[in-house]
Amino acid sequence: MSDRVMEELYQLEMSIPQMMEIARHNKLDFYPMRFEVCPGEIIYTFGAYGMPTRYTHWSFGKSYHRMKTQYDYNLSRIYEMVVNSDPCYAFLLEGNTLIQNKMVAAHVLGHCDFFKNNLYFSHTNPKDIIESMAVAGERFRRYEMVHGQQKVEALIDAVMSIQEHIEPHRLIKENGKNTDQKCGCCSSKKPATPYDDLWDLDKKKQCCQGSGGCQQRKTAKIPEQPEKDLLLFIMKHARELEEWQLDIISTMRDEMLYFWPQMQTKIMNEGWASYWHLRIMREMELTEAESIEFAKMHAGVIMPSRNSINPYYLGLKMFEAIEKRWDQKYGQGAGKEKIFEIREIDNDISFLRNYLTKELVEELDLYLYRKIGHDWKVVEKNWEKVRDHLVNSMTNCGFPVIVVEDGDYEKRGELYLRHIFEEKELDIKYLEKTLVHIQKLWNRPVHLETKIDKKTALFSFDGEKASKKFP
Amino acid sequence: MNYQFIISREDWSLHRKGEVDQHRHREKVREAIKKNLADIVSEESIILSDGRRVVKIPIRSLEQYRFRYDMRKQKHAGQGNGKSKVGDVLGSDPDQAPGQGPGAGEDPGQDYYEADVTLDEIEQIVFEDLFLPNLDEKKNKKLSSESVEFRDVRKYGIQSNIDRKRTILEVLKRNALKGQPGIHGITPEDLRYKTWEVVPKFESSAVVLAMMDTSGSMGPFEKYIARSFFFWMVRFLRTKYQNVEIIFLAHHTEAKEVTEEEFFTKGESGGTRCSSVYQLALDIINSRYPKDDYNVYAFHFSDGDNLTSDNEKCIRLIDQLLTKCSLIGYGEIEGPYYYTSTLNSYYKRVTHSRFTSVTIRDKSGVYNALKAFFKEPEPREGMSV
Repeated sequence: MSDRVMEELYQLEMSIPQMMEIARHNKLDFYPMRFEVCPGEIIYTFGAYGMPTRYTHWSFGKSYHRMKTQYDYNLSRIYEMVVNSDPCYAFLLEGNTLIQNKMVAAHVLGHCDFFKNNLYFSHTNPKDIIESMAVAGERFRRYEMVHGQQKVEALIDAVMSIQEHIEPHRLIKENGKNTDQKCGCCSSKKPATPYDDLWDLDKKKQCCQGSGGCQQRKTAKIPEQPEKDLLLFIMKHARELEEWQLDIISTMRDEMLYFWPQMQTKIMNEGWASYWHLRIMREMELTEAESIEFAKMHAGVIMPSRNSINPYYLGLKMFEAIEKRWDQKYGQGAGKEKIFEIREIDNDISFLRNYLTKELVEELDLYLYRKIGHDWKVVEKNWEKVRDHLVNSMTNCGFPVIVVEDGDYEKRGELYLRHIFEEKELDIKYLEKTLVHIQKLWNRPVHLETKIDKKTALFSFDGEKASKKFP
Repeated sequence: MNYQFIISREDWSLHRKGEVDQHRHREKVREAIKKNLADIVSEESIILSDGRRVVKIPIRSLEQYRFRYDMRKQKHAGQGNGKSKVGDVLGSDPDQAPGQGPGAGEDPGQDYYEADVTLDEIEQIVFEDLFLPNLDEKKNKKLSSESVEFRDVRKYGIQSNIDRKRTILEVLKRNALKGQPGIHGITPEDLRYKTWEVVPKFESSAVVLAMMDTSGSMGPFEKYIARSFFFWMVRFLRTKYQNVEIIFLAHHTEAKEVTEEEFFTKGESGGTRCSSVYQLALDIINSRYPKDDYNVYAFHFSDGDNLTSDNEKCIRLIDQLLTKCSLIGYGEIEGPYYYTSTLNSYYKRVTHSRFTSVTIRDKSGVYNALKAFFKEPEPREGMSV
């Protein structure tokens, strides 16, 4: 390591307690921090995998390659990568200047406070996540040795095709309802005591095994209610899945549950972190040159885009606007309190729905555009329409909602899925190819019901050929 | 106050996770190329690549499919500079619409993964199973290349060419003479260097006659197919064989020898008389490429829409050519105006083992034609390549 690098590292080490002091003073509450300075390739690896210790798959290699190429050609640059873990790992880019690293460190403190305090992150097990992903990666590797790379890879390909189709709010749901599977045929009366089901255990067995008539009445649909968690349903009900396959599915589902809150709070999280790096850096003592460099970098981060919403910018502007409004309404200090409350209880959907005001939409000049002929044209400037579109596009993190309607379709053990249609049509080609993946997991014919041009359409794949019907 | 934090900088040089998976991804790209060769071979971006070394080719199997909305039918959100109004144009297709936002899958033909592949990479895969068949040893061998052979040992030379064995032998000799046998104390005088000589190499030579119908009935599709075939043929011959001459012949009712550039770019019109090009081929072979000295290959592409009165003559000439050629390939392109009494139906009568004909109906036929004509030869005695 050169002297200059060491010196800068030392200076960074000196300034971090200062920044933490400012952050604490402002009531930020974060995990212990682990800053690691690493080369670009490593940051991009972590960026592609979402986590340093994750299992290996070619698709990560693909995005790694894409990110690295952009970096090599200087098209884009990630300054940092932060992991929702306790202690919180933050990876800083080796080429960052000292002032860049300071800003990044301040930014990361904001993220870490958000991870620790936002309600939607409360089930993400930040203490174990790095380890458990590493162990899962190890298990996957072992499966590759036992069953062959191709088989494992094909399974991961298939699971990935529907990995977003989980139920992140299951934890809320499950506590409320009794999910025990009852035979139903013999226990017509409500149990008189909490232990009745224990006494009944023997009886149930007898009756189900013995009488054929019992089978007839047991026509409860599987699932009873449409099931949004495709992965969980497949794990529970797919036939012919081996133990290792179930493990891979359940691991990938857990990882998606871990990543979901980050997708759900992108605008808030980045806005919060930007809000705080700005405040912390302002309180730091910077030289003139440093101030200019910081201002440049900050401007780069929050630069708006004509074709998409920059979450850093929108989030930052919203938090600032809310703080101002509440201060004006309820007096100095009320604003701070309000934004801390928001960072705790909201996600992007409620954040935008509740706090994206007419003034903000107009000030930020937000609009909607679409393709008309060969041109991409601005088509909507009405603030409510813009806001509602943004909120809608974030529903289910932007993924279509697909539910299992029937796990024993036509009594042939076939899987019947339904797209909960809300104005937006599915990409048909993608849909057909995804069905092929699902069929691999389910091992029997699979169907998906959706709407095309306002007509109900049923797509099927039976393992050999695909078909489309308009019932 | 005591803050818990650690700042560290470690050696990441052995961290190869991304590279390893990227490698796997490339492997998959290669596999996909192999599987889709028939489509890729006739991909316009390659044929028209114009010497660009990296081409984009569609790899359908490497897309990560999932349920997603139809992007084309959707609105997207963006942010202006404060002065935007309804009706503003942000960008236009096809010249790469606005940035990354809606970029993905906005065009029906574009919703697959495009891999950047070097032409070399594709060539390698395409040419893997192609060979010039029936290549015989001929009298007149031509200089094909100069190669280097290490034949001499000298006391001076390049460090990387040290002949260790001989150097050690020198040490042993010198030490033995001094009465202290063994390997110790290598001196500069002991060093021996391998030195090379330039050796000329001779190979049997081959000549390939590329014949193409450029008459009016050859529409854009037919020409595209014929040129795609010859494009790959020329590349294949030049990559794999060092001593192959290629003669380009274009014909309608008359045939003439043209330059490579003219062959690939110029279009003509008029009727079709295929015999003209066969006659020209025969003349060229007789005057310039005697059978004893050359392996002669002739490939002809046409839409088969020949002057009916000319067909008998064609058969006669093909028979004559067969006595001179190692292989004759005829490719007939079925265009939209296809009818049955084409040249190919006459050629059904030619049963010679060195005559191969193929019919091409669509773009994927180009690769099949390559495979049919440049089949791996049956192992024969005395064969040399």
